[in-house]
Amino acid sequence: MASSRRTIALVVAGLLLAVVPPIAALTNQPFYVDLFRRMMIFAIAAVSLDLILGYGGMVSFGHAAYLGIGAYAVGIPAFHGIDNGFLQLSLAIAASALAALVIGAISLRTSGVSFIMITLAFAQMLYYLGISLETYGGDNGMRLTVRSQFGGLIDLYQPTVFYYVVLAILVVFVVLGDRLVASRFGMVIRAAKSNEPRARAIGFSPFRYKLTAFVIAGSAGGLAGALLANQTEYLTPEFMHWTRSGEIMFMVILGGMGTLVGPVLGAIVLLLLEDVLSALTVHWQIVLGPFLVLVVLFAKRGLFGLVSGAPHNG
Amino acid sequence: MILGLVLEQTLNGLQYGVMLFLMAAGLTLVFGIMNLVNLAHGSLYMVGAYLATAFAGWSGSFVLGAALALPATLLVGVVVEVIALRTLYERDHLDQVLATFGLLLFFNELISILWGRAAIYASVPSFLSGHIRVPPGIPYPAYRAGVILVGVAVAVLLWVLVARTRVGMRIRAGASNRTMVSALGVNVRLLYTLVFGLGAALAGLAGAMAGPIYAVQPGMGEGILIQVFVVIVIGGIGSIRGAMVGAIVVGMVDTLGRAFLKPVLATVISPPAADKAGPALASMLIYLLMAAVLFFRPEGLFPARGRS
Repeated sequence: MASSRRTIALVVAGLLLAVVPPIAALTNQPFYVDLFRRMMIFAIAAVSLDLILGYGGMVSFGHAAYLGIGAYAVGIPAFHGIDNGFLQLSLAIAASALAALVIGAISLRTSGVSFIMITLAFAQMLYYLGISLETYGGDNGMRLTVRSQFGGLIDLYQPTVFYYVVLAILVVFVVLGDRLVASRFGMVIRAAKSNEPRARAIGFSPFRYKLTAFVIAGSAGGLAGALLANQTEYLTPEFMHWTRSGEIMFMVILGGMGTLVGPVLGAIVLLLLEDVLSALTVHWQIVLGPFLVLVVLFAKRGLFGLVSGAPHNG
Repeated sequence: MILGLVLEQTLNGLQYGVMLFLMAAGLTLVFGIMNLVNLAHGSLYMVGAYLATAFAGWSGSFVLGAALALPATLLVGVVVEVIALRTLYERDHLDQVLATFGLLLFFNELISILWGRAAIYASVPSFLSGHIRVPPGIPYPAYRAGVILVGVAVAVLLWVLVARTRVGMRIRAGASNRTMVSALGVNVRLLYTLVFGLGAALAGLAGAMAGPIYAVQPGMGEGILIQVFVVIVIGGIGSIRGAMVGAIVVGMVDTLGRAFLKPVLATVISPPAADKAGPALASMLIYLLMAAVLFFRPEGLFPARGRS
């Protein structure tokens, strides 16, 4: 029941996102293509965090680190004249997977608050590493000299083409993620979340499964980062700032944790809200902060929970 | 010459460690007793720094400013606890992290509305503006020496409070078994508010003393907050002794790393390479240290007793 609702939600969301560029073209508001593309890129990051946070119970507070690694994996080769997108995206995924492997291998030895803090600290470490990369702009960051080139197959300089590329990646990722959490692998992850000693007692070694999930989430975060660098055509260590990690986590909660479609909604609503509020006042965070508190206190099931009425997962 | 530099930087490390301890003590107490992860602890540090600077500006006296900022920050802490945090004690850590993250955004913005986004400067009080002589005759800023003394005095007072008084006994009892403490008739709500207020006042004190040394600006609490996390993870979450040791270790490693890593590296690798790698490595040093500690002792160096 819940899963068929989720399928419907996914199809509806996909269709709605697919009609954004034509509508933007009709109403002569190209700005919205840009805005929604940005939302979808963050949605990819939020969905990847949901995989480990919502299903695995791993409260990673350093997810923005992969965003940064992915962005630098595009920016640094481009700086040296290597603009092949296939190469850049592969590098983004590989580098963030490697980082997630190291971070996960150490962090997953702990749990609870230590896990939150150590993932935060690792992200912070990478943030300082980014600041110290003087060649690549230090703390000011640098312009992306050219967007990723895909040998004439895909032209990211065409806003709609780039838009549909991001949409396709998002849809494929959500569908794959959905299959993953329903698989035996996903079952072990969820079992480890609800009762780790029991999962161990029936013969699983949750550590490896959790680490694998952590690496998958990290590499997807890296992919989102690579797209983000192309989106903004600028990259700075700010991509890795810890408030960014908090924002991605908020997207997951706002949309509905452990639903995969929810975080997409969360990303869209949060960025829309930021857009609207920041147009009203420079001090928009004074509204956003209490809003966050209220969501956590009173709407824990998130937007997707409100929409679908499905029982909260876990 | 070299000795003087090493001694000066060691004292700086101690001074930074003392500030970290003031922050860590409150954070680790709040976590140990209420099981609350409070990201907004850095905001209280910021509030303390702003209030102290403002009060010092009005009264013309740094000491009076700091003395007024302490109860004021305590009050802010108590208000925040009663309005927002009380409902979070029973929630899971994810909720706590997000809700206090929201509070932190709120405080940063509130401060920038009240005082603007630019840094404001607090001046060193005139009676501490000079230098003292540290044996063997090395000059050291009197203000920083004063910070060390105040920090050590507060640490001793805190130890007396926690280990030697009835309130402290309840605090310790609350840390090991809060259900039992409330069953024995202790007003746990009041105890929680008290502990939170105490933590807020300590953070406010750290902020007030930080004013003349570091820039007072919105978001100033975040950098130190993350380092304080490192401190309490290294020391063992919920343990004051751990916070003490962790704070000194982190303060020393961070300060000495920033001062000496580059020249030390230059003796091993080429100086231009050391120029680049030194500062980067120095700012990552404490995180590497934390990763190493957690790898060998996931519970931290001094895990608090009575916690599972």
